[in-house]
Amino acid sequence: MSGTALWAAVLAGSIGCYLLKLAGLSVPASWVEQPWVARIVDFVPAALLAALVAVQAFTSGQDLVVDGRLAGLAVAALALAFRAPFIVVLLLAGAAGALVHVVTG
Amino acid sequence: MSAPTRSSVLRDAIGLGLAVGLYGAAFGAAADAAGLDLWQAMTLSALMFTGASQFALVGVLGAGGGALAAVGSALLLGTRNTVYGVRLVPLLEPRGALRRLTTAHWVIDETTALSIAAPDSRLARLAFVAGGASIFLMWNLTTVIGALGAAALTGPALAALDAVVPAAFLALLWPRLRTGFPESRVQLRVAIGGAVIALALTPFVPAGVQVIAAVVAVALAGRPRPREVAA
Repeated sequence: MSGTALWAAVLAGSIGCYLLKLAGLSVPASWVEQPWVARIVDFVPAALLAALVAVQAFTSGQDLVVDGRLAGLAVAALALAFRAPFIVVLLLAGAAGALVHVVTG
Repeated sequence: MSAPTRSSVLRDAIGLGLAVGLYGAAFGAAADAAGLDLWQAMTLSALMFTGASQFALVGVLGAGGGALAAVGSALLLGTRNTVYGVRLVPLLEPRGALRRLTTAHWVIDETTALSIAAPDSRLARLAFVAGGASIFLMWNLTTVIGALGAAALTGPALAALDAVVPAAFLALLWPRLRTGFPESRVQLRVAIGGAVIALALTPFVPAGVQVIAAVVAVALAGRPRPREVAA
C-alpha cells in the first residue's frame, strides 16, 4: 500500500474514532442505552479481537498457514492463564516464535 | 478498605498509566511490522488514542488488508467509547463546547473505569484527568520506543515479532474471557465464532474483510437479558 493510502487510513481512522468518542458525550443517553445497542457493543470487541488473533496467527495473505506464530500463541495463552504480566506474555511468545524459526530454518 | 481519597485516586491513575504504557510499546512494534512508518505510528497514538482500534487498524493493514477494512474495524471497536461517553457525562459534567471537545479525546476503557470507580463527581474528574494524562504520555512515549525497537530487528528477532503480534491481540481479548467478567462464557462463544468466521472466509475474501465480517458473531450472544432490558 502506498504511503498516501496509509496516511489516509491513519487520519480517517483517527478522526472517526474521535467522533465516536465525542458522540458519546453529545447524543442523548437514550439513543445509546437501547438494550440491543448495548448488547452488540458489549460483544463486538470479543468477535473482532478473536478474528484478529486468528488472522494474525494462522494466515498469510489468503492462505491458512501453521508456523512459529502458533507456538508463540500457545505459549502466550499459557502465560495468560497463569496471570503473567503483559510484557512477560509478549516476551515468551516472541521467544517461542524465534525458537521455531531457528529450529525449522 | 478505606474510602478512596485524592492521593489514592492519583496513585491508581498513575499506576495504571505506567502499566498501560507497556501496551504502547507492543503497538509501536505491531505498527512497524505492518509497514507503517514512525510518524504514522505516532499519529495514531496521539490522535486515535484508543488501543484496541489502533491495534485493529495496523493488524488489518499488516494482514494485507485495504484501507477501508482497516478503518472499518478500528471504528467498530471504537463504538465502545461512545457508550463510555454516555456513562461519563453525569460524572464529569463536561460543560461548554471546548470542555466537551477536549474531554472526548481521553474517553477510553481505562479512564472510564477509573472515573466510575471514584466515589464522587469531584474525584471522578480528577481520576479522569490524571489517568488520561498519564496514559496519554506513557502510551505515546512507548509507541516511539516500540516502533524504533522493532525497526531495528533482523533475522530470528523478526520471527519473534511475528509471534508477538497475535499474542498481543490475545492479551487484549483475554480479560473478557476470564471468570468474573460479565458473561465471560458468552464472550468466549462470540470470540470462538469470530475466529472461525475469519479463518473460514480468509481464502475467499480480500484480506481484512474477514475481520469486519467476523462482527456477525455477536449474534451468538443472543438477545439482551431481561434484567438489562429493565435496567
